[in-house]
Amino acid sequence: MTVAIETGKTVALTVDGAAVTVPEGSTVLDACRAAGRDIPTLCFLETLHPVNVCRVCVVEVEGSRVLVPSCSRAAAPGMKVRTDTPRVRHSRKMVLEFLASSVDLSTAPRVAEWLAEYGCRPERYGPEASAAEADERDRAVAGHHAAPGDGARATVAQPVKVDNDLYVRDYGKCILCYKCVEACGADHQNTFAIAVAGRGFGARISTELAVPLPDSACVYCGNCIAVCPTGALMFKTERDRRDAGTWDESRQHVTQTICPYCGVGCTLELRVQDNEIVRVTSPLDHSISHGNLCIKGRFGWRFVENRAAGRHADD
Amino acid sequence: MFGAGGGTTSYRELEETDVIFLWGANPREAHPIIYHHVLKAVRRGARLYAVDPRRTSSARWADVWMGLNVGTDIALANAMAHVIVREGLEHREFVANATTGFDAYRAAVERYTPEYAERVTGVPADVIREAARTYARAPRAVICWTLGITEHHNAVDNVLALINLSLITGHVGRYGSGLSPFRGQNNVQGGGDMGALPNKLVGFQDPLDPVVKARFEKAWGVKLPDKNGWNITGMFEAMERGELRGLYVIGENPAQSEADQHRTRKLLGALEHLVVQDIFLTETAKLADVVLPAAASWAEGEGTVTNSERRVQRVRAALQPPGQARDELWIVAQIARRLGADWGTPTAESVWNEVRKMAPHMFGGMSYRRLEELGGIQWPCPDERHPGTQFLHARLWETPRGGPAAPLSVVEHDPPVELPDAEYPFQLTTGRRLDSYNTGVQTEGYASPLRRDMLEVSPEDAARLGVAEGDRVRVASRRGSVVAPVHVEEGLRPGLVFMPIHGQEDLRVNLLTIDATDPKSGTAEFKACAVRIEPVAAGAVAAAGAGGGRR
Repeated sequence: MTVAIETGKTVALTVDGAAVTVPEGSTVLDACRAAGRDIPTLCFLETLHPVNVCRVCVVEVEGSRVLVPSCSRAAAPGMKVRTDTPRVRHSRKMVLEFLASSVDLSTAPRVAEWLAEYGCRPERYGPEASAAEADERDRAVAGHHAAPGDGARATVAQPVKVDNDLYVRDYGKCILCYKCVEACGADHQNTFAIAVAGRGFGARISTELAVPLPDSACVYCGNCIAVCPTGALMFKTERDRRDAGTWDESRQHVTQTICPYCGVGCTLELRVQDNEIVRVTSPLDHSISHGNLCIKGRFGWRFVENRAAGRHADD
Repeated sequence: MFGAGGGTTSYRELEETDVIFLWGANPREAHPIIYHHVLKAVRRGARLYAVDPRRTSSARWADVWMGLNVGTDIALANAMAHVIVREGLEHREFVANATTGFDAYRAAVERYTPEYAERVTGVPADVIREAARTYARAPRAVICWTLGITEHHNAVDNVLALINLSLITGHVGRYGSGLSPFRGQNNVQGGGDMGALPNKLVGFQDPLDPVVKARFEKAWGVKLPDKNGWNITGMFEAMERGELRGLYVIGENPAQSEADQHRTRKLLGALEHLVVQDIFLTETAKLADVVLPAAASWAEGEGTVTNSERRVQRVRAALQPPGQARDELWIVAQIARRLGADWGTPTAESVWNEVRKMAPHMFGGMSYRRLEELGGIQWPCPDERHPGTQFLHARLWETPRGGPAAPLSVVEHDPPVELPDAEYPFQLTTGRRLDSYNTGVQTEGYASPLRRDMLEVSPEDAARLGVAEGDRVRVASRRGSVVAPVHVEEGLRPGLVFMPIHGQEDLRVNLLTIDATDPKSGTAEFKACAVRIEPVAAGAVAAAGAGGGRR
């Protein structure tokens, strides 16, 4: 979450030897970006408090014993930051390789590019273990993790959870970045329908007592989907198209408009393919929504597609 | 307020204020993203008061829930004023410089002691005192309201009672202090701003003011009427008198949304000619002689809408409209042509530029280009160098004061027209639910896992009636009856029952509501009527799948 206080003061530092000046309160990541560096991030988002869990944004700071997570370290005067040293590259490679060895990252934007850039070879950890049964990981007991046999690499693969008509949860794609938990919790929605349950490799995002969403506190705002960096949380409209092989981003366009419901005036970004809305988001940088919507804004648009009947498409 | 109908504060100010009153408002469900801003204030340490007969999901975050009896808002507000004045907590300098009528107001609130108010409202006297002191002493405070204030037979008086509180304490016209009615529809603010009211032209200009009238007549090249039109309540009264015989309805569904539907439908059915322009074949459209299928303006057309912080924002076409549906602007221009006025083929932008020209004091600086660049602009924005106005009425704090003083208004408690009695012993109130919208026509279109159109009753009343969750009951008022499944709701007090306004088919709550209307605004008392509840034996009613719900 951007906490930069507009003091008018600035901080001067160097990034890879180049001088850069940023507003006071900026992070090292802000400074790197200002210097034109493309730092990979997974658990970071401008609208959420940094939780420092993915470590993929690490950089070297002169005088610091350990690598520094750039997303949360404040830029300080005179700081000397290096973004592309062998140590940084090795650390990022490890993080990405471990994640890719155990998680399906096929729908995570940019991850394929980073895996190639850092020379990741997740397959070197062995053949993929078989997927868990439905709900098996939800029953995992802390401290009872057993490594898969036959030299296989551990996996979080599991069946996708489809328990409502609005969005699906595919935790075989979850990297435990905490963004959904933060968006559902204190950072935005304050509904607290989900949290991290379990420990170690058994840790997973869960509703209370792992109940299906319709029995949980979930209010279907979809603000978790909006922040998910891997596609583990996805609109059902998008998921169905992807499963059917008809998701085609080359035929999609995004148009900004205003939500048709209450008088708050949230900006909607309508992603449209073949004259049908396939996903709805809101801009992170808008002063009203900060990227958030409610169930009506996020999912309530179907009436434009089946308006003659004015009933569910599914009925 | 004070001449321009718009909330004074911005959402951002809600985050930075010290005290927030949610008065007859449940934004957690009805305005969820505004509630995000409220929650930021709560997390900063702001004190939150929820004034609502129901302990709503918004009230559950409040420091204090003031669970007043339905329709006793003025008694509560006047009692708070009584405490403030009695204890000398009013902002004397502001009252003297910026308001008129304080002496009469002070005399009027004299009899509203906290003890009297406790008897009327049910809110303990000490809670009223604490709320009054906290509000008056707060460095910054905002009062927010919605339909819990305005859907009463004395709606305007209710609003004035809240404005009075802000005026005696100086909680208006400063950053973080103000009055914020949350608007229920995405352009109800803009509709009023554009002059879609029977007594206003665009920019809240008075059509009976000769100077204004002459300017518009010159610009439009036509003679304008010498009297104001009717509001919707007045139209139905005129239908009853036979004075109104034809109706052109655009994007409204009065056959379902008006109180006392039996009467409404009878009057609509008796019209000589009814034209309905809508995106759906609504219940009203089914009664029409001509239906004009319209494009959905928010996703299939261009234009602007204005939100609850007076921010004008662009809507844009993302989809092609289906079938014969046409852009609303095109339809209206075609109607005009057939009536003998050639408006050419106006675009949304050309119409908007006319708005800017005719109401430059409010919209002059809002070119489409600037609206895009700035992510919307808050009115007033008189010229292209003006950034827009974050909060209204700063003029009241200027010395010498800019413009006229703000009047304090004497308003008196007046209970709901229909109170529970032996025959109809329950108070029915109505409201919105998170996943649904107004008459439910749009939100029926998606499969919400939260949908629950049920009669909500308190655990005590459920026990007394011998009904459990999901049981079906007949709810009857003096005007009609519906059969609804029961939801047992801990946020209700005994004697008070609740139904959402979104119900379709046999769950239409407006078969029950009363059309007692506020003479000043024309708003009906949707929030209060008396009903009787009878359990329905299983099998006695065709289980037509109406309602239902989760858990």
